[in-house]
Amino acid sequence: MALLEVDNLSIWFHTRNGVVKAIDSVSFSVAEGETLAIVGESGSGKSVCCYSLLGLIPSPPGNIESGTAIFDGRDLLTLSERELRKVRGSKIATIFQDPMTSLNPYLTIGEQLIEPLLYHRAMSRKDARGRAIQLLDEVGIPGAKQRFDSYAHEFSGGMRQRVMIAMALIAEPRLLIADEPTTALDVTIQAQTLQLIADLQKQRNLAVIFISHDLAVVAGIADRVAVMKDGQFVEYGPTEAVFDRAQHPYTQSLLAAIPGGAKPGSPATSSSSPDSPLIEISHLKTWFNGTEETTSNATVKAVDDVSLSITKNEILGIVGESGSGKSTLGRSILQLVKTTSGSIKFDGEELCGLTPHQLIPYRRRIQMIFQDPYASLNPRMTVFDALAEPLRYHGLATRKTVLPQVLNLMDDVGLAASAMRKYPHEFSGGQRQRIAIGRAIATKPEFIVADEPVSALDVTIQAQILELILRLVEKHNLTMLFISHDLSVVRYICDRVAVMHGGELIESGATETLWHHPQTPYAQSLLAAVPRLSSRSS
Amino acid sequence: MVIPDEWLVMNDDLTLPGATDTERGSSLWRDAWHRLRKNKMAVGGLFILILMCVLALLTPWIAPYSYEEQNLVLGAAGPSAQHWLGTDTLGRDLLTRLLYGGRISLAVGFIATSVALTIGVLYGTFAGYFGGRVDATMMRLVDILYALPFMIFIILLMVIFGRNILLLFLAIGAVEWLTMARIVRGQVQSLRQQEFIEAAISMGLSQWTIIRRHLIPNTLGPVIVYTTLTIPSVMLFEAFLSFLGLGIQPPQSSWGLLISYGVETMEEYPWLLIFPGLALSTTLFALNFLGDGLRDALDPRASKD
Repeated sequence: MALLEVDNLSIWFHTRNGVVKAIDSVSFSVAEGETLAIVGESGSGKSVCCYSLLGLIPSPPGNIESGTAIFDGRDLLTLSERELRKVRGSKIATIFQDPMTSLNPYLTIGEQLIEPLLYHRAMSRKDARGRAIQLLDEVGIPGAKQRFDSYAHEFSGGMRQRVMIAMALIAEPRLLIADEPTTALDVTIQAQTLQLIADLQKQRNLAVIFISHDLAVVAGIADRVAVMKDGQFVEYGPTEAVFDRAQHPYTQSLLAAIPGGAKPGSPATSSSSPDSPLIEISHLKTWFNGTEETTSNATVKAVDDVSLSITKNEILGIVGESGSGKSTLGRSILQLVKTTSGSIKFDGEELCGLTPHQLIPYRRRIQMIFQDPYASLNPRMTVFDALAEPLRYHGLATRKTVLPQVLNLMDDVGLAASAMRKYPHEFSGGQRQRIAIGRAIATKPEFIVADEPVSALDVTIQAQILELILRLVEKHNLTMLFISHDLSVVRYICDRVAVMHGGELIESGATETLWHHPQTPYAQSLLAAVPRLSSRSS
Repeated sequence: MVIPDEWLVMNDDLTLPGATDTERGSSLWRDAWHRLRKNKMAVGGLFILILMCVLALLTPWIAPYSYEEQNLVLGAAGPSAQHWLGTDTLGRDLLTRLLYGGRISLAVGFIATSVALTIGVLYGTFAGYFGGRVDATMMRLVDILYALPFMIFIILLMVIFGRNILLLFLAIGAVEWLTMARIVRGQVQSLRQQEFIEAAISMGLSQWTIIRRHLIPNTLGPVIVYTTLTIPSVMLFEAFLSFLGLGIQPPQSSWGLLISYGVETMEEYPWLLIFPGLALSTTLFALNFLGDGLRDALDPRASKD
């Protein structure tokens, strides 16, 4: 008998524009000690599916149309709010994606940890404290006794997620729902967190439902996998079967979309042509809160003595964890942040120290693609306005020619002409990123800095955008600095890769060389942590 | 839990026969006008305001009597065929005084608010955009002005320059812009962090273009709401100043003055309070409907038509 058995569950959302079948006749079960992974893209219904078990669906508009969810002999869907409250937290616990927003910033983490013990278990404060410290220790928080009285902001992202896991486990639940618990984490931290969840599961014989958009992450930890699309399970079975013998075309396309190979159509070695480099950076330092003469404790050496060069038509990847300075490096090249010392030469001309006015001609030739397509487009400008602005501003189009030029651009990035008068919020993430890319190539730049351009996108969309970038680089002879935390993406798209750590550039080389033979220990650990489909545990 | 946008907002195709019209000006304002026209309440509000302004402009030609013409024999009389809205204690025609009062009140409301709006938005935008030391200096100045008792400031102005209706507009505007500047500065500061501003910088746009095209349009929502709140408060402020003898003086009138006199004689002659009160509240309703409509119309995300 499985711990949780969901049968024929259907949840519909009654919206102004009709009924959305968020969950459509879904059945699944989880046994103790087992991990079920639910995989799907955003909007596929995977989160709704789990939140409905806890009675957390906003209703209206949501409504449970049919189905049962038998947990430990009782149907969760028929429980009253009072009874559900007892189940939540104590029998079924949840870990959310963003550990910062799910912790109360005004309470110490210890206070938040012992809360359920004080109220649900009627434990004494002293016992609860002891129990909490023991658990913090168990989830690998060093110096648990001292950290008990720390606030959420005093922890790093990975540590915060560990605190969340401790919070989920404190009431000894039997089922753990993990909603994208590692999506916001760096790759090495992700690997550690996944390992931690697996260990705790084994010790406590927990049932785990693991929600993720990332098949590669799921491959290493799940016993069974359900692939969700438009509210339905299109594929459901043991992990082996789903990955090796995917039946449904959607699963196959998901698997195919995982960037899992070398850059297509390029030799593994970099073109060591004697071309003069387009970008030449030497001894660049970008420090915040201090200069070389006036350093203090507050000084952050975001970029510290970095030298590199990028030849024409090359895509150079910069990889590193968050805080490694890779974004600051990109912004330094664009002179969006003030550099401390060193030089950045573009096409032989020095960029550092130019006034905003002197920079204008270079602004046309150097462009940027941002990470978050939701934030990088002005919400009050239509696609037409967003694309026409750089053209008109740099005098590349007249009032007469701007319309065909914009349509041309939209065609280039794969947007329908009918979308011209729409505003950014009317598009999906992938389409928004296409608009942003269109804006970046509008001025026919020679060099583009792409800062995590696909990390906010679903995996199939990510593959399409990567294809688009490769095609545009080819078509317009672009040179690119591609910043990413995702090594498989970088491997797929870049000719050369540079690894950054703590503001310094520690290793660089041709992509395939570095992928197979990393030299520095840090690069080795980074590569080892990349979740791969082939690393499935038996 | 988070419901994906896509479920709540289905993308109905807004395809316009776009490719034919050549573009002039910003589509934001054109689209806003399209959306505003569909909002019946807002259009009604706009119509009432325009009507009020037209009446105010035409007053010298359409008013049935002169605003200072007294009829002490008649005294305070209720509405009649000769005097539609009745007369006041001195026998002056209330309709006439209301029309003349509207000239003053509307002028004070709109001009003083425009002054406050222009100074406040520009000041707040610059402070928020440049940040750092510029921001600190500019906002400390605002704090100092806040701390000054504005009555003294206005009395001083009146004493130095004499009583002057134009000065009254400026003086009120000069007090009201402070809050506007604070609101706009806060908005701009948070917008400043957004990537689309960085994108605009890396596009090479000048700072003025960024402020004009990317920052100010995105602060409009709260600005419009605050503006519709400012206009009535300015009108009442004028009544207060006039009551203290600093604003306009009888026999001239304004809605605020008429109301404050109406309150004194409320029990015997209720029409002296009711009609000016109606005029003021109608304007306020119209302003609020228009303001709400404008806010929604200027936010592409707000309404689905």
